Amino acid sequence: MPKTLAEKLWDSHVIRKEADGPELLHIDMHLVHEVSSPQAFEGLRLAGRKVRRPDLTLATEDHNVPTLNVNSRISDPISRLQIETLRKNVDDFGITNHKLGTTRQGIVHVIGPELGITQPGMTIVCGDSHTATHGAFGALAFGIGTSQVEHVLATQTLLQVRPKTMVVTINGSLPEGVTAKDLVLNLIAHTGTGGGQGYVVEYRGQAIEELSLEGRMTVCNMSIEWGAKAGMIAPDEKTFAYLEGRDFTPKGDDWDKAREQWRELRSDPGAIFDEEIILDGAQMAPFVTWGTNPGHGVPLSARVPSPDDFDTPAERDAARKALDYMALQPGTRMKDISVDVVFLGSCTNSRIEDLREAANVLSGRKIADGIALLVVPGSVAVKMQAEEEGLDQVFLDAGGEWRGAGCSMCLGMNPDQLKPGERCASTSNRNFQGRQGVGGRTHLVSPIVAAATAISGRLSTPADLLTKG
Amino acid sequence: MQKFRVHSGTAAPLAISNVDTDQIIPSEFLKRITRTGFEDGLFAEWRREPDFILNLPEYKGFSILVAGDNFGCGSSREHAVWAIQDYGIKVVIAPSFADIFRGNSGNSGLLVAETDVQFVNQLWTALEANPRTLVTVDLEARIVSFEGKSAPFVIDDHTRHLLLNGLDEIQNTLSHADEIIIFEGSRPSWRPVVGQ
Repeated sequence: MPKTLAEKLWDSHVIRKEADGPELLHIDMHLVHEVSSPQAFEGLRLAGRKVRRPDLTLATEDHNVPTLNVNSRISDPISRLQIETLRKNVDDFGITNHKLGTTRQGIVHVIGPELGITQPGMTIVCGDSHTATHGAFGALAFGIGTSQVEHVLATQTLLQVRPKTMVVTINGSLPEGVTAKDLVLNLIAHTGTGGGQGYVVEYRGQAIEELSLEGRMTVCNMSIEWGAKAGMIAPDEKTFAYLEGRDFTPKGDDWDKAREQWRELRSDPGAIFDEEIILDGAQMAPFVTWGTNPGHGVPLSARVPSPDDFDTPAERDAARKALDYMALQPGTRMKDISVDVVFLGSCTNSRIEDLREAANVLSGRKIADGIALLVVPGSVAVKMQAEEEGLDQVFLDAGGEWRGAGCSMCLGMNPDQLKPGERCASTSNRNFQGRQGVGGRTHLVSPIVAAATAISGRLSTPADLLTKG
Repeated sequence: MQKFRVHSGTAAPLAISNVDTDQIIPSEFLKRITRTGFEDGLFAEWRREPDFILNLPEYKGFSILVAGDNFGCGSSREHAVWAIQDYGIKVVIAPSFADIFRGNSGNSGLLVAETDVQFVNQLWTALEANPRTLVTVDLEARIVSFEGKSAPFVIDDHTRHLLLNGLDEIQNTLSHADEIIIFEGSRPSWRPVVGQ
């Protein structure tokens, strides 16, 4: 029987099947951060349980760490207590933690791949919905809740009902100026925010193959934004080239053995998916959101939609509420929308390639008057690499701020927040009401659109900067 | 975990689709390290509006929330489930739920009952006409009923079993430790390990 990639990954990790349906999966790597773990460790203590495999568990501090003065005491006492709690928990249970202020700290979904801990064929979980990022390497990776974090800590397994499978094929090549972020925003506008519910999705096709690993991570990262349980891409030579020589990737004979196994990790010809979506990448355009969920997207060249454009009463009502919250009038050109803040960062778009592309647009230019540009690298390693390449100076010379690593303004758990009524062009993943700060208004964009928007002060592509002189 | 068999109570209509976890509980509340006491975070922003259902006296004391499709989309925060429970809600009824939210609910003992959209519409109409409408959710029979109308709801067998019996899934898994050990022996030696 031909198998899909998802089925191969699933089947190779099943320990046992329960009589009433779910299967017990072995977890190859459990990533932990400060927000979704404290109650799980407390649960272990109350039950007198240990962490079964501290050697397959890796922690870092990312969600509510400050991005300024990272070597000082955290000023917010509640955030500080949460970080201190993680440090006590990892000490008590023998887990490695990449602390704030050390060279391997960063957003959990950025450090896994850059350390080479994320590898093809693995099962990876984390108490974080953007865990599907790691699927870009041909891993089965998904987000879990705190009860499941406790279950994985105690057993290194997870009980799961086998999901349905879907394949998303993006044919053709993306046009110049259209990025992985635009691709996934196009897709989510097509499916709606719940269209992937219950599915593990495999992305394939020419446009996907042509993406760098960073681009593939951006696409897989946003799988959850259309409701999918996980997203994945079959590993290829680009994947192997990305991984070779990283700290935790196999070396010598093991590297050859591993690659031989990884080459098997693709859907067999004739494998049957439960669902299929086919889109033409060559027809895609730079995309931006206008509303309050990631499915509320339009081409940047389009206008703000009217509630009347939607099919159902529920959608019309949601659009009305979204426009009201976003303070937008139907028919306004997206490119006429002015912003106050530009955020370049998050587990979706804070890797070195994202920073290089944005810096390339900003180089030799100044951001518009009254605009704040916040650049937050995804990890300390990305920050150091960017500084070696002089990218930090490009951002600073343009008038931006160059910060320490963390989740930052993606979700505003640290001091990096929008003020009520502020409008932001953001390279993050969610435009939910209040996500970046109470009353804040978010437009999701790619790194190059973020950079161009910072320069013009209005939602713009790099090409718009040239036509307007 | 407490056993769940049948629950009867009043219900509140939340006729909105795609209610995301940032609305159910904003990230500010996620800095806490406790497992209880999240009721103040439930719909913290929407609660600022005087006409939001949590502020309407006619729905006071409700224990069943009736929401639109794709309820709980967004982040993996189990705090969303805890906030709902801490507020006193025992059941959420909706045409569909986001996957992680559904899993978190089962693990924390909150029943999420997936019923068809027509039934949810009928229920909203009834609750708007009479906020004291009594709704009964029978997990054993997988039936939601009110005012002589009833409809089946979808829940997977395993989650139903856990809820009916108030079981601890970790204990169950640890009873298969021998099988886990055997499986671990087959993990390729070149797969990454950290620390230690």
